[in-house]
Amino acid sequence: MSTVAVTDAVKRYDSVAALDGVTMTFRDGEFFGLLGPSGSGKTTLLRAIAGFVTLDRGQVLIDGQDVGGVPVHARNIGMMFQNYALFPHMSVAENVSFGLEVRGRPREEVAQRVKEALAMVRLGGLEQRKPKQLSGGQQQRVALARALVTRPKVLLLDEPLGALDKHLRQEMQVELRRIQRQVGITTIFVTHDQEEALTLSDRIAIFDSGRIIQEGAPMAVYERPVTKFAAGFLGEANFLQGRVTAMEAGDIARIALDIGGEVSCRLTNGQVGQTVLLALRPEKITLAAGGQAGLNALRGKVLDVVFSGNSTTYRIAVGDQVMILFKQNLVQGTVAPGTEVVLSWSPDHLVQVTP
Amino acid sequence: MKLGPALLTAHLWLVLAFLYVPIVVMVVLGFNASPLYALPFQFDLVWYRELVGNAKLIDAGIHSVGIAIVNTIIATTFGTMAALAFARYQFRGKTILQLLLFPPVAIPWLVIGTAMLVFFYWIDIKRGLFAILLGHVALSLPYVIVVVGARLATFPRAVEEAAATLGATPFQTFRRVTAPLLAPGVIGGALFAFAVSFDQFVISYFLAPPGVTTLPVEIYGAIRKGFTPEINAISTIIIVVSMGALLLTARFYRFGGER
Repeated sequence: MSTVAVTDAVKRYDSVAALDGVTMTFRDGEFFGLLGPSGSGKTTLLRAIAGFVTLDRGQVLIDGQDVGGVPVHARNIGMMFQNYALFPHMSVAENVSFGLEVRGRPREEVAQRVKEALAMVRLGGLEQRKPKQLSGGQQQRVALARALVTRPKVLLLDEPLGALDKHLRQEMQVELRRIQRQVGITTIFVTHDQEEALTLSDRIAIFDSGRIIQEGAPMAVYERPVTKFAAGFLGEANFLQGRVTAMEAGDIARIALDIGGEVSCRLTNGQVGQTVLLALRPEKITLAAGGQAGLNALRGKVLDVVFSGNSTTYRIAVGDQVMILFKQNLVQGTVAPGTEVVLSWSPDHLVQVTP
Repeated sequence: MKLGPALLTAHLWLVLAFLYVPIVVMVVLGFNASPLYALPFQFDLVWYRELVGNAKLIDAGIHSVGIAIVNTIIATTFGTMAALAFARYQFRGKTILQLLLFPPVAIPWLVIGTAMLVFFYWIDIKRGLFAILLGHVALSLPYVIVVVGARLATFPRAVEEAAATLGATPFQTFRRVTAPLLAPGVIGGALFAFAVSFDQFVISYFLAPPGVTTLPVEIYGAIRKGFTPEINAISTIIIVVSMGALLLTARFYRFGGER
């Protein structure tokens, strides 16, 4: 198995930097999600690892070896493309055996490994079908079998589930994860779907404008975003701006919010008088009809209510700001629009982010 | 309201009749014994037998087929290469070159033929089969480039990338992925090149020296002398060959569109 490392990768198209100094390491056997809006550089990084993009500066290392001068076909990678890129003129079996045949493997070995690969993705019996005769999910599985049959060092996935409908997508996520664990292959995948990234990844990195904004375990990145962009891109967030009025023991700051009210939270190296931006996840907020406003408790008025079965989304006017709030529907009934409410939360859930 | 569709259908049949009745009459009379196209119809293969004995027509036919085949090979090879260059590479003057592909298709052959005659005389290429071949290649290249280019425009590049990630060298990728997927377009282009050359009269007429002819030129000459149903016979053969090529083209085009 293998590790992949990228050091100080820079790639410019005209004056636009697709990659602007990216350094990161993909550990052996991990499932790593590259997340970001389109044009953020995540796909460029994936294609640089594959060898389709030549970096202007920096290196791609596979198992410590600089692969800069190694052409795509000699890198021993497996890749799944957005629209599968199956060979339309070949049968399922021919698609899967292609990688072994171009390597000149003996016929018995090819037959055996194709059979194993198709069994792994549960497509036994469809060997003679053409890609056009398969459903989207089946094509997906063929692409995965084809990418893994050559036992590559690293598996690259470019928006692999983008073309599937929601139900099939969730099914394939589970399947993909199962197979990845079973094979134990280092896997790097690109997605703009934050939920998919959270579900699948051991670690994720959020890209913006050719740079890594934050990387880490999905839960860590979700709960402790470092920038406003990271907080807003991965999940939803309310942003509260304020000024530090006092610093207490244990780095606890008291902050007067611009929209009125006072909050407290942990603030490393906080200075009195400093302006801060805080992120607060919508599901961390408790909603009460009535009650006292105070520290970490703001008074607001319900603007509208969206009931979606297992949860309800509220939009609440607090001062001149609109905050959103998710509430699990543990009891029946929702709070009606127009109701005066108090929003409160634990100080732990306020996270300082850079604007 | 049922009148509308009925009228349209009748109109269609009229148009088809207008196109095909003369051809059918010509083909039928090629099998008629009378040299003066006299009726009643009497089935006879005499004109086909005459044709076999007509050395000039046979020679012309051999020239035509030979030139068409060599032209097809040359035009298809270079046309495909040019189409690949247009589709795959960025280079100086690409847009101008692409624009320049179309006027030769639109300029009357009479003008092109005259231009070629003058130009070949100027650079000292003698009139003859070689000059005719050059003319045909120049004429059919744009057709091949356009037809293969259309195929390339919808070519899924990702499959070539997939082949590379699977360990295929650029040559293996071309042979096992690119070429098979491009084949319908290339065959379509080749059939076009063949048809353009085989049907070509004006260019051939201008570039043929006395005594050397291609089939269309020979037929033209024969008609001027007053013609016999022999011409019907040779025309019938040409129709069969051309229609066959056309049907094949249509078939490959259908394939190209669907894949």
